Amino acid sequence: MSGIVIKDLDVWFGSGRDRVDAVRSASFEVAQGDSFGLVGESGSGKSTILRALTGLAPDWRGKMQAGGELLGKSRTRSFYKSVQMVFQDPYASLHPRHSVDQVLSETLGLHGFSGIDKRIVNLLDDVGLGSSFRFRYPHQLSGGQRQRVAIARALAPEPQTLLLDEPTSALDVSVQAEILNLLTDLRAARNLTYLMVSHDLAVVGHMCERIAVMRNGEIVEIMSVGDMRAMQPVHEYTKQLLESSRGYVRAELSA
Amino acid sequence: MTNPAASRNQMPESDKPSLRRWLLTDTPASRRQARLASLYQGWLTLKSNKLTMIGFGILVTLVLVAILAPWLAPHDPFAQDLGNRLKPLWTDGFLLGTDSLGRDILSRLIYGSRITLYIVILVALIAPVVGLFVGTVAGYVGGWADMILMRITDIFLAFPRLVLALAFVAALGAGIENAVLAIALTAWPPYARIARAETLTIRQSDYIHAVKLQGAGALRIITRHIWPLCISSLIVRVTLDMAGIILAAAGLGFLGLGAQPPSPEWGAMISEGRKFILDHWWIATMPGLAIFTVSLAFNLLGDGLRDVLDPKDSGE
Repeated sequence: MSGIVIKDLDVWFGSGRDRVDAVRSASFEVAQGDSFGLVGESGSGKSTILRALTGLAPDWRGKMQAGGELLGKSRTRSFYKSVQMVFQDPYASLHPRHSVDQVLSETLGLHGFSGIDKRIVNLLDDVGLGSSFRFRYPHQLSGGQRQRVAIARALAPEPQTLLLDEPTSALDVSVQAEILNLLTDLRAARNLTYLMVSHDLAVVGHMCERIAVMRNGEIVEIMSVGDMRAMQPVHEYTKQLLESSRGYVRAELSA
Repeated sequence: MTNPAASRNQMPESDKPSLRRWLLTDTPASRRQARLASLYQGWLTLKSNKLTMIGFGILVTLVLVAILAPWLAPHDPFAQDLGNRLKPLWTDGFLLGTDSLGRDILSRLIYGSRITLYIVILVALIAPVVGLFVGTVAGYVGGWADMILMRITDIFLAFPRLVLALAFVAALGAGIENAVLAIALTAWPPYARIARAETLTIRQSDYIHAVKLQGAGALRIITRHIWPLCISSLIVRVTLDMAGIILAAAGLGFLGLGAQPPSPEWGAMISEGRKFILDHWWIATMPGLAIFTVSLAFNLLGDGLRDVLDPKDSGE
């Protein structure tokens, strides 16, 4: 089965005195077809787990399994065919000089697909962009449209697993909802596994079935979204996080 | 940005406005149209800058003069006529006067434009390409490759350009080809530095990570994704450097190590005119003015190209 298994994962940057331990002994499992959220404040190491999975953070120790293979130092092409990632900032994740057509046809070509023209049109339809967007450059697109292109690029190799690194945090609120709905629909249509990073509990609550709360590189609690909605955390930090997500609460008047 | 231009061409009387609209469309329908449209947008930006167009015009004129030299030049640039030596400006038949051997200065300037273009094109073909290659490989591969390539670059940078070019020419022998080679060999290190600096910022960006996640190798990433972003700033830098390259070639010519007499290279002409500069100032001044004009034209064009090509600004 090709879910995600992570066991005792340590990730660090630098060495010697400059060494920073970004993730410490993280363990969790995501079954095929599930949606799992990683939440926590900035710098808690949640994006680092995604980077370690995709091979962008090379220094790690522990056991990682994704896309049906046990991961080593480098990633195979078949791994990239089954696990893809959507980046946080759609303004930074598209090459400024490549048109949508170039981005998608290069991706499809790298994965050895044939019938690229037809596939590009289908992909653009799938993410809710018509084929009129096909030959545009990133500067001719809005933030939401760019993120749709990035999603189309991630879907191009027909992966089973999508890693979502705060896919809506750089977007307007109204566009956020569109992208989240698109991701929900795509997951239902293609039976995708999601591993989603976010600092927004509302987003994670909308998208995921289970969440892991991270703090200072450690997973402090794994809970179901039902428990989160019912405000039944076990760990003290999770309690704080949930409280703060409710925003402003009137203090009780002390008589 | 495109709307006022499109509405200005509302009258559909001829083919031209519709071609314009086809080029300015927001929804290009084919690869070719998208590429032509972005070229046309660049041209419109370039056109809106008057100084740039002046520079562009001067350079087009230079190219035309070089091509049409045999028809434009009133005299043979090598024909000596000692009876007519050192004629002043506006003399009958010799618009810009004659030099110490009675050769027509205007004709020599016109033929000299060929040599200038030859130098400029050759250097522009060698130096930035070498620099781009060294810089992007060093920046992307990093580690030992970066160390070695950049120390070599530093060694070349540590010498003053003209001194190093002098050493090369002295070793290879005087002549215009060796002068070009020497200038190119001394001109590439700054390009390598720029390309490396750009590469270092680009390689950390999400779009490079994204294409890595598609399984792309280093060669593809460098040539398809990093080069297109480095080339624009290199082109700008090359046009701004052209003035320096022309001056370096003229300097070598002036020192007698570049073009050899009787070749009408502008720097060599100044060198010959130097002996008479107090009594017959125009002999050195006219080629000097030519060098100045062409250098200025390249600078003006480079300024405008920076506005068009810089990817940081072309986002809007």
